[in-house]
Amino acid sequence: MSNVITFENVSRFYGEVLGVNRVSLTIPPGVTSLVGPNGSGKTTLMNLMSGLLRPTDGKIEVLGISPGNPERLCKILGYCAQFDAFPKGLTGYRFLYSYLRVHGMSDAECDARTRAALELTGLTGAADRHVAAYSKGMRQRVKLAQAIAHDPQVVVLDEPLNGLDPMARAEAIALFKQWGEQGRYVIVSSHILHEVDRISDQVILLSQGYVVAEGKIQGVRSEVRDQPMQILVRCDRPSVLAARLFQDDHIVEAMIRGDGKNLLLRTKDADSFYLLLNRVILESGLVVESVAPADDDVNSVYQYLIGGEGGTA
Amino acid sequence: MSALWMRQIGAVMRLELKRTAFSKRGWWIYCLAAAPVLISLMHWLMARRLSRNHTVGEDSVVFAAMFVWFFMRGSLFFGTMGLFSNLFRGEMLEKTLHYYFLTPIRRELLVAGKYAAGLAVSLALFIPSVALSFLLLGRHFGPAWTDYLTHGPGLSQLGSYVLVTTLACVGYGAVFLVCGQLTRNPMIAAAVVWVWEGLNPFLPSLLKKVSVVFYLRSLCPVEVPVPPPFSILAVETDPSPFWVAVPGLLTVALILLIYAAVSARQGEISYGE
Repeated sequence: MSNVITFENVSRFYGEVLGVNRVSLTIPPGVTSLVGPNGSGKTTLMNLMSGLLRPTDGKIEVLGISPGNPERLCKILGYCAQFDAFPKGLTGYRFLYSYLRVHGMSDAECDARTRAALELTGLTGAADRHVAAYSKGMRQRVKLAQAIAHDPQVVVLDEPLNGLDPMARAEAIALFKQWGEQGRYVIVSSHILHEVDRISDQVILLSQGYVVAEGKIQGVRSEVRDQPMQILVRCDRPSVLAARLFQDDHIVEAMIRGDGKNLLLRTKDADSFYLLLNRVILESGLVVESVAPADDDVNSVYQYLIGGEGGTA
Repeated sequence: MSALWMRQIGAVMRLELKRTAFSKRGWWIYCLAAAPVLISLMHWLMARRLSRNHTVGEDSVVFAAMFVWFFMRGSLFFGTMGLFSNLFRGEMLEKTLHYYFLTPIRRELLVAGKYAAGLAVSLALFIPSVALSFLLLGRHFGPAWTDYLTHGPGLSQLGSYVLVTTLACVGYGAVFLVCGQLTRNPMIAAAVVWVWEGLNPFLPSLLKKVSVVFYLRSLCPVEVPVPPPFSILAVETDPSPFWVAVPGLLTVALILLIYAAVSARQGEISYGE
């Protein structure tokens, strides 16, 4: 069995409308975020991965299993889809239990897994209430519970934070991180970029059906060469540092900010900047408290590559 | 069939029975099943009050006509349409089919489980409806009716009607399952089937055989003539023998179900967004 999820030159068209085009990806274990504006192909990619859609062209494998083989795939994959719909007349418990029975599990196993999933998502108290009477946040949680009840290795979550209150959102994020650390494949799509940033081991940026960038966010940022990198330096004499830095060509901009000890600068060549900073420290005895990249987050990369602001909470 | 498959089909059936058998949206199907019983009940009550000027034999023809024109063309047709076309289409409209598609069940078994649930519900509704209607219709004859049932052809006729009802559920069920799976609006497909089945008495012999109703009518115990003035247009054809009608209908249903299973296997989830 392969230990990655692969897309090889995958395209999907809805009639003449493009869903995704010539997507080639490798998704390793951990948390992977799909980021992109509405209609960029995030849900299409997730539906293709989980076998709900078939590619028009190309090949997909999820840990060596083709999505065209649901009997094998759905044992290792759980999908929390975007649709806010549930079979009528079922309680939270019965909803999870019934679909676990379709997996072919025994009554006792279904019961145990249902209770465990409800507990994990904080729905034990509402287990006997009809799903139709749940709040939006509870419906989102019961969908999460349904996606993970069979303990899948691959968890695909389409906008899983939608409708969750801040507390539940924090708990969900912690859960995703925990699954990622356990070696599961957690694929999350979200508009809430600063939260994606907190949990992602890697990101896939999509725009208009194409993969714009993929990989670890810092790596992706460093590949965006036409946008100077922003670096925040906190030191005792930022004006001295700024004056010295401007002697080099790659420094585009420098601004003193906050309490007068923060220097935000933009450079076309981060490696040269770090070498220069070392020299300045040695030459002038500058006391530097911290040096940190200021725009290697998802939001910045999103703005540079796709344009516009990413969503916020 | 493996124990896993049986468990999976059983699980699908339980979910579907809950969805189809006890849904408020199915009220009109219960009405369709109850209507013939009410008609028979009214006939019994009115015949008790009014002077009895007809025979048991005439009532058996009345029931045969009601069975052919009301049950087969109305109750059974539209009842099975409502039940079976919703098995897939209903879930597409409610956007819940993906829950099944995300379980490791063979899609063929999903079709089998859904069909079995639809069949169970339709048989549970329409067989008692047919049996009760038949038993009530001649009730006003008193001992003569009991004698007709026990010593005459009554029970055998009832058996035939139950068989035809069962086969109608099997046949129309398969037709409407496929309609619900393949068409966005099963009503249009159902209307086409309904018109085709309605034209059956007037079609040439060869075309008559491309229908469900031809085989069902061949199995009915009492022949019902086409009423005038339509009788002029009716084309006489020998009824299909039992050994052709029953296996023929079952074969057609099986072919349709295999087609439905293949379609489900290649199916995608697209809720039209």
